[in-house]
Amino acid sequence: MSLLSPVSPDPAANAGPAADAFDADPGIPPQRHRPFSRANLVQTLAGGYLPLIVATLVVFLPLLWMVLSSFKQPGEIITMDLKILPESLNFENYNIAMTTVPFAQFFLNSLIVTGVGATIKVLLAILTAYALVFVRFPYKNVIFVLILVALMVPPQVSILPNYILIAGMGGKNTLWGIILPGLGTAFGTFLLRQHFMTLPGSILESAEIDGAGHWRRLWRIVVPVSVPSIATVALVVVVSEWNDYIWPLIITDRPETMTLPVGLTLLQNSEGNGSGWGILMAGAVLVIVPILLVFAALQRYIVAGLTQGSVTG
Amino acid sequence: MTRQLTDRPRAAVEPKPAPTPRARWSARTRRDFFVFLALALPNLLLIGVFTYLPLFNNIYYSTLDWTLGSASATVVGFDNYVTFFTSSDATKVLGTTAVFTLITVGGSMVLGLLVALALNSKIRGTTFARSAVFAPYVLSGVGVGLVWLFIFDPGYGVLAWLLRGIGQQSPQWINDPQLSLVMVIIVYVWKNLGYCAVVYLAGLQSLPQDVMEAASLDGANGFRRFVSMALPLLSPTTFFLLITTMLSSLQAFDLIRIMTPLGNGTSTLIYEAYLQAFGAFNRAGYSAAISVVLFAILLIITVLQLRFVERKVHYS
Repeated sequence: MSLLSPVSPDPAANAGPAADAFDADPGIPPQRHRPFSRANLVQTLAGGYLPLIVATLVVFLPLLWMVLSSFKQPGEIITMDLKILPESLNFENYNIAMTTVPFAQFFLNSLIVTGVGATIKVLLAILTAYALVFVRFPYKNVIFVLILVALMVPPQVSILPNYILIAGMGGKNTLWGIILPGLGTAFGTFLLRQHFMTLPGSILESAEIDGAGHWRRLWRIVVPVSVPSIATVALVVVVSEWNDYIWPLIITDRPETMTLPVGLTLLQNSEGNGSGWGILMAGAVLVIVPILLVFAALQRYIVAGLTQGSVTG
Repeated sequence: MTRQLTDRPRAAVEPKPAPTPRARWSARTRRDFFVFLALALPNLLLIGVFTYLPLFNNIYYSTLDWTLGSASATVVGFDNYVTFFTSSDATKVLGTTAVFTLITVGGSMVLGLLVALALNSKIRGTTFARSAVFAPYVLSGVGVGLVWLFIFDPGYGVLAWLLRGIGQQSPQWINDPQLSLVMVIIVYVWKNLGYCAVVYLAGLQSLPQDVMEAASLDGANGFRRFVSMALPLLSPTTFFLLITTMLSSLQAFDLIRIMTPLGNGTSTLIYEAYLQAFGAFNRAGYSAAISVVLFAILLIITVLQLRFVERKVHYS
C-alpha cells in the first residue's frame, strides 16, 4: 500500500528540512488584531498552544509515570494516596527484574536479533532494489508486482505455517529461528526501488563506460548517493525488529533465547501482583527507552519511513 | 552527453543489434541475467518461502483436524469453517473484531485529524509536538501495554486514584470483559493516533494555498473553510488512512496479548487464531481456518483500496 500513499514517495524529500517547515497555514485569517493585544494573546494560547500542550502531555505523562514508578519501592506503590515522585533514585527494581528473569540475556538476544536481522534485511533490500532498477532481466515487472503483493500480505496470518516450518527445521528456541522468517523484505525493496528510480541514469552510464561493473557501481555510486533512503529503511527495520512480539513469542519458550518483549511477558507472569508494578515498570523502561532515544535522535527518517505506508517490516 | 566526457573506445556503447531471439542471449545479456539472480534471488526466495507459501499452507491446514505437535491429522474438508461459523464463537469473535476495528479506526482518525489541525499552525514548537505525538507509534506494544495496565490497575493505578478523588470506585477494567475491550481500545488509539496525525498533517500542508486564501477572502470562517473545503480536499488522505488503519487494527496483537492474556472479551479474529493454536487447545486446523477468514477480510479491504484509489476521490 505504500505506493498509494498520499505522502511523497521519496523519503529523502520528506526527511529533508522541508518536512519541518510549518509555514503553510490556511487556518489563521489575515492579521486583524494588534500582535500583543489581550484578545490575540488569549486566542493564540487557547487556539494554538493549548491543544499542542494537551496532546504532548497525553503522550508524555504515561511514559513519565513509567520512569518514576520504576524507582519506587512496593510501599510507595501499594498505597491509597498517590506519591508522584519516588522517595529516592534507587535501582532496586531494575536489580530485581534482572535477577527474577535473565534480563541481560534478553537484552543481548534482542540486540543480536535486531542487529543481525536488520543488517541482512537492509543488505537484501539494497541488492534486490539495485537489480530491479539497474540490471536487465526479462521478467522484472512480474517480480516487482509479486513484491508489491507481498507487501500487502498480512504477516500475522502466516504465523502458524511459519511456526510449523521453522519448528520442523529445528529452529525452535534458536536465534536463527527468530530471525530467518522475517529476513525477506518487500517493504525495504519497494522503498529503495522507488528511490533508485529517481537517480539520474547519466552518472551510472558514465561509470559503466569507465568499465565499472555492477558491484562497483552499486557500492561506489548508488549506495553513497542514497544514504538518506537507506537510513530510513534501516531505522524502520531496526524499530520493527526490536519491537517484534508475536513471532518470538511463539517460536521461543525458553528464557535463553527470548527477546526483550517476550521476556517482559515472562516477568509479568512472575510479578503479576500489585507489589510487582515497580519491577514491571523497570522492565518496560528497558524495552521502551532504547527505541525512544533512537527516535529522538533520528525521528525525521523514522517518521518519513513509517508514513510511507502502514507496513513496518 | 556522457559519451563525450570519456576517452574510452566507443565500441563499449555501440548500439545493440536488432533483438533477434539469438541476439537476446548475447554474452552480456546472459551475464546480466545471472547478476540479477545473484542479487535478487536470496530475497525473493525468502519472500516466497515465508510470505507466499504460508498462505497456501494455511488453506491446506484449515482442512485438517489436527492437534499442534501431533504427527497425524485427518482431512475434514470444510468442517473447521462450519464449526467456527455455527458456534457461538463466530458471533462473539466477529462482533469483537468489528467493535475493536471500527472504534480504533474512527478514534485514531478523528483524534489524529484534530491533532493535525493543532499542529498545522505557525507557532513555535510544532516540530517538537509532532514528534511527541508520533512517538508512541514506534514504541514496543508490550512495554506500552504494561505501562497502561498499571495506570488502569483498579487498586493502585493512577486512574483509580483520580476516580477516588471524585468519589468513584474504579471499574474492574481487567476482569469485566466489556471494560477490558474498552481499555485495550483506549490504549490502541493512544498508540496509533500519532500516525494518523502526521499523515493528515502532510495532507493539510499540501492543500492548495490559493484556494484556501480565496475562500478566506470571500469571508468563509475557519470552521466553514475546514468543513466545505479542507475536508473534501483531504478525502484521498482520509481514504488512505481508513484502509491502512483498518488493516493494522485487524492485525492488532501485542496490546491484546499483554493486557488481556486470556482474551477475556478481547478475542478478535487474530487473537482467537493465536489462542486456538498456541493457547490451551493446540487446535492447529481450527486456528488455520480462522486465519483464512481473517485473510479473506484483509484481502477484500486491500482489493477495495486498489479499485478505488485508481479512480481517486480527488479534486485536482
